[in-house]
Amino acid sequence: MITFENVSKTYPNGTAGLRDVTLTIHEGELVVIVGSSGAGKSTLLRSINRLNDISAGEIKVNGKSVTRATSSELRRIRRDIGMIFQSFNLVKRSTVLRNVLSGRVGYHSTFKTMFGLFPKGDVELSLHALERVNIREKAYIRSDQLSGGQQQRVSIARALAQEARIILADEPVASLDPLTTRQVMDDLKRINQEMNITTIINLHFIDLAREYATRIIGLRAGEVVFDGTPAEATDQVFAEIYGRPIQKDELLGVGGVS
Amino acid sequence: MRSSLSQTSAHQPSSNAPLTDRYKRLATWLLFIFVLIACSIRTEVTPYQLVVGLPQMGSLLQEMFPPDWGYLPTIWGPMLETIQIAIMGTTIGGILAIPVALLCAYNIMPNRWISIPMRMILNLVRTIPDLLFAAVFVAIFGIGPFAGMLALVFFSFGIIAKLTFEAIEAIDPGPLEAMTAVGANRIQLIIFGVMPQALPYFVSYFLYTFEVNVRAASVLGLVGAGGIGLLLDRALGLFRYDRASIIILLTLAIVLMIDYGSAVIRRKLL
Repeated sequence: MITFENVSKTYPNGTAGLRDVTLTIHEGELVVIVGSSGAGKSTLLRSINRLNDISAGEIKVNGKSVTRATSSELRRIRRDIGMIFQSFNLVKRSTVLRNVLSGRVGYHSTFKTMFGLFPKGDVELSLHALERVNIREKAYIRSDQLSGGQQQRVSIARALAQEARIILADEPVASLDPLTTRQVMDDLKRINQEMNITTIINLHFIDLAREYATRIIGLRAGEVVFDGTPAEATDQVFAEIYGRPIQKDELLGVGGVS
Repeated sequence: MRSSLSQTSAHQPSSNAPLTDRYKRLATWLLFIFVLIACSIRTEVTPYQLVVGLPQMGSLLQEMFPPDWGYLPTIWGPMLETIQIAIMGTTIGGILAIPVALLCAYNIMPNRWISIPMRMILNLVRTIPDLLFAAVFVAIFGIGPFAGMLALVFFSFGIIAKLTFEAIEAIDPGPLEAMTAVGANRIQLIIFGVMPQALPYFVSYFLYTFEVNVRAASVLGLVGAGGIGLLLDRALGLFRYDRASIIILLTLAIVLMIDYGSAVIRRKLL
């Protein structure tokens, strides 16, 4: 469970990232956060694992305060939260397996990881994670040899190898083509359902949000302006979230019926 | 030209610009020539000396040929020592450079109280030429290869640390963010996020410095710091130019080989 209590974030230049956000996200939910660019989607997501600090309020993950955590407590909390980025953030020169294994470092001492001494179980866990996203056979290939969609699946596998209970995905499909977008979203959805991993995804495609989410949260200028089921999120609601009618580029538009 | 000047004279500020520009250029050239002549007079380095010296250069070259091939077996040992000095100096300097490069890079060490003094030390080390290091260490540790090796340690450290920290600052920050997000500590972040990205650059700089060091090591002997330079100094002192020439030829061959080899490896790395 993730709770936001009156969370605000003001950037040093004075812009408000978040304004008095209060939210509770329950275990196993697949929450999609929507809003126009600059509405605070990334800020919201990144404050959950404190990749950026908040200015006021408190965020708790499974009852533990992220906001007040010491650096070692914070590392412990982060270990259980997987993160998926728009630009994949893999080490391109390293093999796929090594990238996935890097998700395990939080479980081991600095000394052991320094010499790459991962237990056998970790390697098996990582290979199994790659199997779940259907790229087991790429394990020993350099990451930059993979396509964008495959790289994003490697980063999902990294989160799985982490044995994360929560996955945060910051615009995971923004740099992918429509077909791979669906594959990656399907992977996220399947993992969410099969493993009951709480998943929070930032998206700007409205039709994708409706199709995959169990709950949609709409942000406008750092404020939560909508929080409901996909069925409740009508075109009218989206127009309000965006402050204008829906535009074509906000729809992925590839076969919602497939 | 003059007509175009009068045409543009309506625009007040730019009207005189071409003329003043030309004066400035002329003044710069005059100043440059003046400095050159002044230096030449003060140091008594004149083209006249070149003309007078030319015949002597001819006779020197004549004495250098044919090279004393029989001297070759004697210089193999010191030549090998020269390369060994370079290997040791580069390796130790390179290893010392790694932690310092990490401490200098702003993206790894956000604390300026550490990174800025580190950079200052690095700059200081790099202003001191290798021969000066060697001369100082000869004075401290006595004549021999140890002083030369130590000089190259400092010299390599300065170059490799500087180039490596700049490479570290240019790496992709994405993987660092990802490693932070999985709960890695600072050292784990370096091992998994920084190292794989910076290592090829480090190795390339290491090899480049090794090339430079082989060249440097062959003259270190001039100040008594071991290696082939010692023999070159002696040969020149005894006017054995046939021996000097074989030393120079061998050094040239070795340096060319090492340069070529390391250039090939470096091209494959990056």
